[in-house]
Amino acid sequence: MPVDASLATLSDQLFAWAIVVYSIALICYCGEYAFGRRGRVASTSPERALVTVGAGSTTGSTGTSAGAPAEPAPGRRRQADRFGRVAVAATALGLVIELASLTTRGLATDRWPWGNMMEFAAVVGAVGVLTFLGVLVKQPQVRYLGMFVLLPVVVLLFLGGTVLYSEPAPLVPALRSYWITIHVTTIAIGTGIFLVSSVATLLYLVRRRWELAVEAGRTPTRFPVTLGSRMPTTEVLDRMAYRTAAFGFPIYTFAIISGAIWAEAAWGRYWGWDPKETWAFITWVVYAAYLHARATAGWRGTAAARVNLIAFGTMVFNFFIVNMVVSGLHSYAGLT
Amino acid sequence: MSTPVRDVDVDPGELSTQPAPVEPPRGGPLAHLRNAWRRLTSMRTALVLLFLLALASVPGSLLPQRPLNPIKVDQYIADHPQLSRVLDAAGFFDVFAAPWFAAIYLLLFVSLVGCVVPRLKQHALAMLRPPPIVPRRLDRLPMSDSYPASGTPTEVAAAATRALRGWRTVTRTEDDGTVTVAAEKGYLRETGNLIFHFALVLLLGGIAVGRLLGYQGTVLITEEDPGICNAAPLYDSFRPGRLVDGSGLAEFCIDRLDDYTTTYEADGTPAEFRADITYSAGADGAPTQYPLRVNSPLRVEGLRVYLVSHGFAPQFTIRTPDGTEVRDVSAPFLPLDGALLSEGAVKLLDTVDPQLALFGLFAPTAARSEDGTIRSLDSRPNLPAVAVEVYRGDLGLDSGAPQSVYAIDQRQVTNGALKVVANVLLTKQSPTVRLDDGTTITYEGYREWATLQVNHDPGQTVVLWAAGAIVLGLLLSLSVRRRRLFLRITPASTAPGGSVDNSAPVDDGSPPDPDGRTVVAVGGLARTDAGSYDTEFARVVERLRDTSELRKD
Repeated sequence: MPVDASLATLSDQLFAWAIVVYSIALICYCGEYAFGRRGRVASTSPERALVTVGAGSTTGSTGTSAGAPAEPAPGRRRQADRFGRVAVAATALGLVIELASLTTRGLATDRWPWGNMMEFAAVVGAVGVLTFLGVLVKQPQVRYLGMFVLLPVVVLLFLGGTVLYSEPAPLVPALRSYWITIHVTTIAIGTGIFLVSSVATLLYLVRRRWELAVEAGRTPTRFPVTLGSRMPTTEVLDRMAYRTAAFGFPIYTFAIISGAIWAEAAWGRYWGWDPKETWAFITWVVYAAYLHARATAGWRGTAAARVNLIAFGTMVFNFFIVNMVVSGLHSYAGLT
Repeated sequence: MSTPVRDVDVDPGELSTQPAPVEPPRGGPLAHLRNAWRRLTSMRTALVLLFLLALASVPGSLLPQRPLNPIKVDQYIADHPQLSRVLDAAGFFDVFAAPWFAAIYLLLFVSLVGCVVPRLKQHALAMLRPPPIVPRRLDRLPMSDSYPASGTPTEVAAAATRALRGWRTVTRTEDDGTVTVAAEKGYLRETGNLIFHFALVLLLGGIAVGRLLGYQGTVLITEEDPGICNAAPLYDSFRPGRLVDGSGLAEFCIDRLDDYTTTYEADGTPAEFRADITYSAGADGAPTQYPLRVNSPLRVEGLRVYLVSHGFAPQFTIRTPDGTEVRDVSAPFLPLDGALLSEGAVKLLDTVDPQLALFGLFAPTAARSEDGTIRSLDSRPNLPAVAVEVYRGDLGLDSGAPQSVYAIDQRQVTNGALKVVANVLLTKQSPTVRLDDGTTITYEGYREWATLQVNHDPGQTVVLWAAGAIVLGLLLSLSVRRRRLFLRITPASTAPGGSVDNSAPVDDGSPPDPDGRTVVAVGGLARTDAGSYDTEFARVVERLRDTSELRKD
């Protein structure tokens, strides 16, 4: 099947536009963050948040009330709100363009558009954005955190369009299976969700340091702790991190299993400790550790959060380092 | 109904192991042992073991591994001789079979079983036991509410029980006439949790069965040549499981490779590899044909047959001056690169005297490199050519020393028993070379060969089922939420303290019903992952309120 050149070009252009629109969204989120939410510091009693965290995040009051900010001046608030609305609209538009880019790439090559690192990065970015929009439906008050989600997405797509860029091309025979749809889609979905979880975890760690400082009567002055003043409480962030991870974990588990089923058909064994498989296993084990740590006394809170970040780190390592440096059966990076 | 009073406090996490605080041993080796067991089955130990497992896997991906690539391991050892001695001794070149790796996952599984088995018992008891006694002060629970209702407490309780479909409920009457309803749901969470952990054990068992009783045989078959049957010595390489002695393997024969084909995209990249084979399975199975492709193995008799690789086997006809003609002799040449430049040797032992051998390179699309050697531009056979050295003399096969079928024993060359008599490039256009003794060698074209792998893994089905159970268990344990709901229904005449006490900081601050109606106090508790129980709780209370309103009309 030859590659349709004009569609391929269109796909590349859409990809670039998606990055542009996401960047606009990112700037707007920054605007909302900068203009709004001033003064939430005063209203949010850190004692309360700390007590709830200490008592175990599985319980306690629902936290949304604790996370309600004190209202900034009405003018600023309206401005912030306007930024926020534009940001969400731009995010959604960017997502549509990105999906269009993926679709045209798929049509140009007559296959599912996730056969190399660039395409995978695009899918993960799309899922990350989609997950964030999904979180927004449930918890609209975290909208202004969009900048923290869009930042890694824009970086990822930028890398996808530059370092990882590869021409639309047909797949090698081993990849021509319906399992590519199932395996790579679920891996991408899992990765995108874990991305959001790790962002929430990072914010949690920043916010926690901020809360500890305020608790101790100090005013945090150092970046990034200062950012904590405008973040939701640790409780909200911890719950967001946990629930996204808990949502992503079964999906990621299924993705690994579907990969094993595919490997059984393509390579003759369901598991062979190929470097990519090994790192998927490592990621799985560390996320399992996170889910356990969060329910274990002495590990809850900061320690569990670190485990979450390590887990995501292993995933990033698997994507970049294992694909580009370590050779193995999964060498489809599309890079030469 | 008599029920034991249970603490309504939140568990320190549903995922955690049994609440087993490590106590100081109270003398005696038994106490020490028990303490060690508790320590091993504690969640902290499990966490440490999980981290160790992840950490131990890292060298398995960064260092070359023998089962994956023995050549790379040898290369690494040659490059780092000092370091390698230590690494090799410690099993770092086969991490996933190393004793220390096994120690980690076995300890982890012992810890897991030790943790999960008692929970199985606990969970079974919890399923049999009715929900706990309703606490006195519902307003102290994380969620609480109250509303007036019409009807006697018993009627209200009955209506509420009906409304709480999907909840397990128990209604109790206290001495002062107060009726309580305790409701609980989400038992599937722990069920899923247990399924997940037991499925992991099952998965390990399935893997072990495969390791012990499985085997893997590889064979290279050239088109038109006879195939082989499923017997250990007939394979080119055979990797048996620990308990496989190579006898009594499934009855199966690959009769022959009928045809091997690679189809290409327009740009020359391969689109499909396909080996049409004829096989017979079972005691007296009829020959059956099957197109073997990547992603489409043959599954028969508990065996799986895979197409692993392919290549070319150039074909020659040799005529000696005395009139001997050896037609269409060939040997598989092994690919050296992606364009299928292949190396191999054709050896004539008994058919000609003295012995002859052709050793060299085959290129499907041949071209000359700058240094004059042959190379291949494309894996498609557009312009096939073979560059061979012709050897004459004693190939040294009678000595009994093993030698590669793909190369010439160079010792025979050094000791003068074998001499190079020609070095030629043969193509379709100029296929023949005449040796000094009048013997002619003619390149006739090529056949294709395929490497097939026959795998047997009796544990694989168990592994698949276990994997399915793992996902199911995860979905249940991470999506189902354990909730408790308590109703304390106080009759109109007696309105004691408790949940309708004005002095208490009741969340909604609802006063005792002025009309002296029955008052229902509701309390909610999320036993795991509070999540959105607040909204869910509000909905349930709304529904309960509605049912009591309906009764009034």
